[in-house]
Amino acid sequence: MLETAAGATPLDVERLRRDFPVLDQEVNGRPLVYLDNAATSQKPVQVIEAIEAYYRSDNANVHRGIHELSRRATELYEGARKTVARYLGGVDPEEVIWTRGTTEAINLVAASWGGANLTEGDEILLSVMEHHSNLVPWQLVAERTGAQLRYLELNDDGTLRLDDLDGLLGERTRIVALTQVSNSLGTINPITEIARRVHDAGALLLVDGAQGAAHHGVDLTSLGADFYAFSGHKMCGPTGVGALWGRRELLESMPPWQGGGEMISLVERDHSTYAPIPHKFEAGTPNIAGAVGLAAAVEYLEQIGPAAILAHEQDLTRYAMERLQTLPAIRVFGPEDPSMRAGVVSFVLGDAHPHDISTILDSEGIAIRAGHHCTQLVMKHYGVSATARASFYLYNTRDEVDRLMDGLATVHSIFA
Amino acid sequence: MSELKLNSLYQQLILEHYRSPKNRGKLDDATVSIRMRNPTCGDDITLQLRVDDDEVIQDVRFYGEGCSISQASASIMTTLLKERSLDDAIQIAARFTALMHGDEDAAKDRSLRDLRALQGVSKFPVRIKCALLGFDALQEAVRKTRGEPALEA
Repeated sequence: MLETAAGATPLDVERLRRDFPVLDQEVNGRPLVYLDNAATSQKPVQVIEAIEAYYRSDNANVHRGIHELSRRATELYEGARKTVARYLGGVDPEEVIWTRGTTEAINLVAASWGGANLTEGDEILLSVMEHHSNLVPWQLVAERTGAQLRYLELNDDGTLRLDDLDGLLGERTRIVALTQVSNSLGTINPITEIARRVHDAGALLLVDGAQGAAHHGVDLTSLGADFYAFSGHKMCGPTGVGALWGRRELLESMPPWQGGGEMISLVERDHSTYAPIPHKFEAGTPNIAGAVGLAAAVEYLEQIGPAAILAHEQDLTRYAMERLQTLPAIRVFGPEDPSMRAGVVSFVLGDAHPHDISTILDSEGIAIRAGHHCTQLVMKHYGVSATARASFYLYNTRDEVDRLMDGLATVHSIFA
Repeated sequence: MSELKLNSLYQQLILEHYRSPKNRGKLDDATVSIRMRNPTCGDDITLQLRVDDDEVIQDVRFYGEGCSISQASASIMTTLLKERSLDDAIQIAARFTALMHGDEDAAKDRSLRDLRALQGVSKFPVRIKCALLGFDALQEAVRKTRGEPALEA
């Protein structure tokens, strides 16, 4: 859903910042300004302490032991699944499969669902806006099955060319895989509208929620996706944990994609029977501490409110875009209307290469991302090899945007 | 302090080579052409040499795009290569690599000439690979000319 969250209560950012120990430091002699949140977010003490408490007092393997610690670890681990299911709009926890993150979740669908359902000549519809993690898994399964990849193109304002959608959705289109929020342009895609059209054409929709889950909350009961993939580390959780949500009947019909312990029911010499979902897709000892940390992150975000977080990010985005436009030779990518984007601002500045911009900003304690942001097709669309990207989260401030502008003035003085 | 460090990185000579690179373009009669990319950041350089039968570099060009460090480094590198042997080229690449890794002797090595302006890069570990991209291409070009197997996949 496109939620612009107007009227949300403003965040008490100064109080929230105290929850994030990493922000309280100097880098190159200046207070750190962390504007690389689309790459990964920082972690509040609530998350760090939840992970520490788990290892200090509850650590054991899950679903195996009869002993007390195993019972506690299992309860925390399965409790975390319920917490995540609640955050996703109150879905069935059994439809939530733990993965290492968005990338692994998409690979799971491409390999398991794709491997079982795609045949030569079937079509997979992607967009040029996708992160490589929502492109390469489909290229791999297309190679294996003979399926064809088709692409929804970009408008120059960084939105998808949705006028082309119905024409691209053909009889052979089996699945459409799109991002909810572009990590390099900030564009929020109208997923619910797209889902209706995809379903009318008889195809499935996988949504890459790596940015979406972190930056504007999600209600999977109304979004219209058939699969939804996201990562914990972009939403205040630890790295190495994320989840795939899928509609029950799809998950139940899909073959396992990795074999091992935890995912089986009975093992005999030449075959096995598999555990029901979600465990069918969770071979091996899982990232228990990661799940515990992610649940703590979800509780933290729920307390603040995803709508308020998005409103805060959009305020910073609006302010940053206004100030950036005052620079000579600036080119800002993505939708002009800040309410159509999450807290991501990509830009290039005159002749200064994004790497040089990033090095100069870093020397003033400001962290941004420079490069192709794992979206080489987007870079190609705009005819650039890289952009500089500032991305905001709940703990960023307008003062930090001002620091960014001061840093860009230094860039200008060196490269003008 | 960080401003000093920054000034040592973005020396005038480097910015001049970035804005007006030397030997930029294509060689019609190149004997070897190597494209090197840094996949994490998109720097992209194609280096072309015309090498004669005595392993002497008769001409050199490069093209591509990338940050000031990668482009300036490649530009300065090409100014040192004309009329030099492949052995000399390998030697220059080795000395420059040492310079990037903080070797004090390399910093005093006059044979590196203008390349010494890039010494400041060694204080920015994440940028060293930018400065070495052209030299990686050079070493690959020498291997290819000599019929040795490529190091890079």
